[in-house]
Amino acid sequence: MSIFQSLIKKEVLHLMRDFRTITVVLVMPVVLLSLFGFAISTEVNDVRVVAVVEQSTDETRQIIDRFRANSYFTFKGIVTYKEVENILRKGEADAAVVFRTEDGKMKHQIIVDASNTNMAQTSTAYLESVINSAASVPVVTTTLYNPQLKSAYNFVPGIMGMIFILICAMMTSVSIVSEKESGTMNLLLVSPVRPWTIILGKLIPYFLLSCIILVLMLLLSYTVLGLPFSASVINVVWVTILYVVLALALGLLISTVASTQVSALLVSGVMFMIPVVLLSGMIFPVENMPLFLQWFSCIVPARWYISAMRVLMIQQLPVGHVLTEVLVLAGMTLGVMTLAIKKFNVKK
Amino acid sequence: MNGIIEINQITKRYGQLVALDKVTFSVPEGSVFGLIGPDGAGKTTLYQILTTLLNPEEGVATVAGLDVVKDYRKLRTVIGYMPERFSLYPDLTVSENLHFFASLFGVNVKDNFDLIAPIFDQLKKYPNRMAGALSGGMKQKLALSCALIHHPKILLLDEPTTGVDAVSRSEFWDMLARLKEKGITILVSTSYMDEAERCERIALINKGVILDVNTPEKLIERLDKNLYNASSRDMYPLLEALRKLPDVKDCYTFGATLHVVTTDEFNPDAVVNKLRQEGLADANIYPAKGNIEDLFIKLAKNDE
Amino acid sequence: MMNNEVVISVKDLTKKFGNFIAVDHITMQVNKGEIFGFLGANGAGKTTAMRMLCGLSYPTSGSGTVAGYDIVGQAEEIKRHIGYMSQKFSLYENLTVWENLNLFATIYGMSSQSIKEKTDGVFKVLGMENMWDVLVKEIPLGWKQKLAFTAATLHTPDVVFLDEPTGGVDPATRRKFWEMIYQASSEGMTIFVTTHYLDEAEYCNRISIMVDGRIKALDSPAVLKQHYRASTMDEVFRIIARDAKRAD
Repeated sequence: MSIFQSLIKKEVLHLMRDFRTITVVLVMPVVLLSLFGFAISTEVNDVRVVAVVEQSTDETRQIIDRFRANSYFTFKGIVTYKEVENILRKGEADAAVVFRTEDGKMKHQIIVDASNTNMAQTSTAYLESVINSAASVPVVTTTLYNPQLKSAYNFVPGIMGMIFILICAMMTSVSIVSEKESGTMNLLLVSPVRPWTIILGKLIPYFLLSCIILVLMLLLSYTVLGLPFSASVINVVWVTILYVVLALALGLLISTVASTQVSALLVSGVMFMIPVVLLSGMIFPVENMPLFLQWFSCIVPARWYISAMRVLMIQQLPVGHVLTEVLVLAGMTLGVMTLAIKKFNVKK
Repeated sequence: MNGIIEINQITKRYGQLVALDKVTFSVPEGSVFGLIGPDGAGKTTLYQILTTLLNPEEGVATVAGLDVVKDYRKLRTVIGYMPERFSLYPDLTVSENLHFFASLFGVNVKDNFDLIAPIFDQLKKYPNRMAGALSGGMKQKLALSCALIHHPKILLLDEPTTGVDAVSRSEFWDMLARLKEKGITILVSTSYMDEAERCERIALINKGVILDVNTPEKLIERLDKNLYNASSRDMYPLLEALRKLPDVKDCYTFGATLHVVTTDEFNPDAVVNKLRQEGLADANIYPAKGNIEDLFIKLAKNDE
Repeated sequence: MMNNEVVISVKDLTKKFGNFIAVDHITMQVNKGEIFGFLGANGAGKTTAMRMLCGLSYPTSGSGTVAGYDIVGQAEEIKRHIGYMSQKFSLYENLTVWENLNLFATIYGMSSQSIKEKTDGVFKVLGMENMWDVLVKEIPLGWKQKLAFTAATLHTPDVVFLDEPTGGVDPATRRKFWEMIYQASSEGMTIFVTTHYLDEAEYCNRISIMVDGRIKALDSPAVLKQHYRASTMDEVFRIIARDAKRAD
C-alpha cells in the first residue's frame, strides 16, 4: 500500500469509528431539507379575518363570501370598528378588513396584527388579491420559476451552502487540529512524507464525504421536494464541487491558526456558520441589507454559491448567467488554498 | 570527538523566553545518552530541533552527519521519534497503528519485525484493541514499536516514562538496553533522576542551559562528601531545625529521610544531641550516598 | 505531630456495583497527623473507597467515621471537615491566584478577613507574595500544585484527601510538594494520599496496599520492606500485586 493510500485509509477509519459524528453528518442534510421543505414553510394558512361593514352592499357581501370560500382564510364574522383593536389585541383575529363607502365609491382598509411581520406581509398580500379580484380592473400576476411559491425552493440552495461549509471547513479543521493536540501531527511531519501528501490525505476523504452528501441532497431535492429536473444539474454539480474545494481550503486555513479543537470549532462556527446563515441571503435577502452589510456579504463564499445555485437550480439558466459567481468562487479558492498551504508548511 | 549527534551553540527563543541558550554537546554512536532536567528545562524544544520540527535561531546541529536545517528530508528517514505524550491514534487498533506508521516510511511491518518483536510481544495478545483503551505501559510499548518500525539509526525519546508506573518504567529501560546492543543510538530525556543512572552519559539541563555532561559515575564522584540522611517521626520540625543550622548548606526531603548537605565543620553527633534536647527525641543522622538527584539539586541551586 | 487520636476509622467497609465487589470488607484506622498512603493498582478500588470516606458515596455494608462523623448518616458534616485535592480538578485556570483561593475558602464558610490573614501568611512561606493577581494558567505547574494544596487546606480541615496529587509533575516539584505535606501534618492535619509513584510511598508514615478490593498489606514502609525482604517499595508492591486479577 502506498503512503497516500494508507493515509486515506486511516482517515476513513477515523470517520467510520466516530459513529455518532458520521450519523449526524449524513442525517443532518436530510433532516434539514425535509424540515425546511415541509414543516417550516413561509406560506400562510388559516388567516382569521373579521370585517367592518359600514354599509352592506352586493359588493361587500360578494367579497365576504369569497373570504368564506377561500381555504387560506377563516372568516370570524362582522364586527364594529370600535371592537377591532380589542379583537386583534386579544389575538382572536389576525386581520380586519374595513369597508367604507365614500361618495358612492367603496374604499377598503386592511388592519393587520404585525407582531409576526412575515405573516402580516403575506396575509396583506392575500387579502388584497381577494379584494382586488372583485374590483373592476383586476391585476394579472404571473409567478415565474416557482409558480406555487414553494418555500422549499428557496431553502435548498441555502441549506447546501451551509452543509458544505459545516462538513468541509469544520470537520477538516477539527480533524487536523486534533492530530496537532495529540502530537501525531508531529510524527507525520518528521516522517519522510511530504507535507503536500499529508494535506491531500486529510482533504480527499472529506471531499468524498461531501460528494456522497451532494448526491443525497440532490436526490432528495429532485424527488421528494419536487424541484424541476433538467440537464443543468451538471452545472449544479460542478459549481458545488468548486464550493466544496473552497470550504476544504478554509478548513485547512483554520487548522493552521487554531491550536485546540474547541478553538477550531469556534473559529469555523463564528467565522463561517453565522455569516452563512445571516449574510448569504439564505434567510434575509442581501438586497434589503444596509449597504455596509451588503459589502461585507461579498466576502462570504456562501453568498456567491447560494446565488449561483438559485439561478442554476430554480431558474435553470445556462452557466453563462452565473459567470461572476463562479469566477469569484474560483478566485477565493485559489487565494485561500495558496495561503493555507503556505501557512501549513511554515517551520517555526 | 565526532558523535552521531553533534549539537553546537544551539539557541532558541520564544519572545522574551530563552528556551535554549548556546546548548552544546555530542552523543557518541551506539550509546544511551540521557538528557536530564525538570519540566520546562528546554528538553522538548531541543527534540523538536533535532527532529526538524523547529529551526534553531543560532548554532548548528547535525544528526548522522546531516544538518537539521539543510538536510532535513534525508534526516527524517534515519531517526525514530517518540514525542512527550504517546502520540498514537486512539481510535485505531494496535495493528492498524503499527501498519500505518510502517507505511509512512514505506516499509512493511514484516521487514523489521525482529527488531520490535521483544517489545511487541505483550501487545500481540490483543491486536484488535483500540490504542486508546491500552494502559499507560502498553501505550508506551506500542509507541516505541511504531517509532522503531523503519529501523532507524537513532532513536529520539522525549520523556518516554512520564505517567507510567514503576514496573513498566523499569521494563522500558531493559528494552532500551537491548536496542543499544543492536547498534541503535538512543537519546532519551527524563525528569526521573533515578533513570539517569541507566544511561552511559548524561547531560544535565536546566532553564535552557547545559549544566554538565559526563558519565553518571563521574558526575556523582564530584558530589560533596558532606551528605547525610536525617530522620525522625516528625519530619517537618526536623527539616526546619536543620535548615536553621549554620553548617547546613541545604536540606530537602528525600523519600523516607531528609538529605542534608553540610560544610566540613558539620558534626552529626553534636547536632543529633542538640535536636534531641529540642524535643525531637528520635532524631537520627547518618552519612548518605549521593545520587544524580542530589547533584542536580546542587547544580540548579548554584545556577540561582 | 502524630498522636493516638483516631481520625479515620472504618470497619468491614464494602461497596458493590451489581455483582462486582469494588471494595471488599476493608478495615483500617488512621491517626491524627498521620501521612497515610493509600496504594493500589488501577482498578483495585482505591477511588471507590476514597469516595465513601469523603461522603460522596454510601457503602453497601460496613461502617466508619471520618473526623468523628459517621460516613453513612453525617456525610454533609464530613464534607465540612475535610479538604480534597486531585490531579484533575484543582483550580480554575482563568481566575487569578487570589480569586481561586477566595472562592474555595468561601465555599468552606471562611470570612473574607480570615481568608486574607491566612493567605498572607501562606504566601509569604511560599514566596508568592507578588502573585495575587496572576492568572492561574500563567503560573508554572509546581506553583499551581502548591496553590491547589493551599486551597484544599486553607480552612484547616481535619483530614486532607489527596487523589494522585503528583501525577505528571517532575521530581523537583514533587519534593517541594512533600515538604508542604510534612508541614500540614506537623500542624495536626491528617493526610490521606493515593499515588502510583511507589518511590513516593516512602514519604508516608504508614501505607496500605489494595489488591482486588481488599487491603493486602498495611504498615510503615520500613516494616513492609523488611517483611517482604525487599529493598524498595517497588519490589514490595510487585510481590503483593503479583496475583491481582483486576489489573490491566
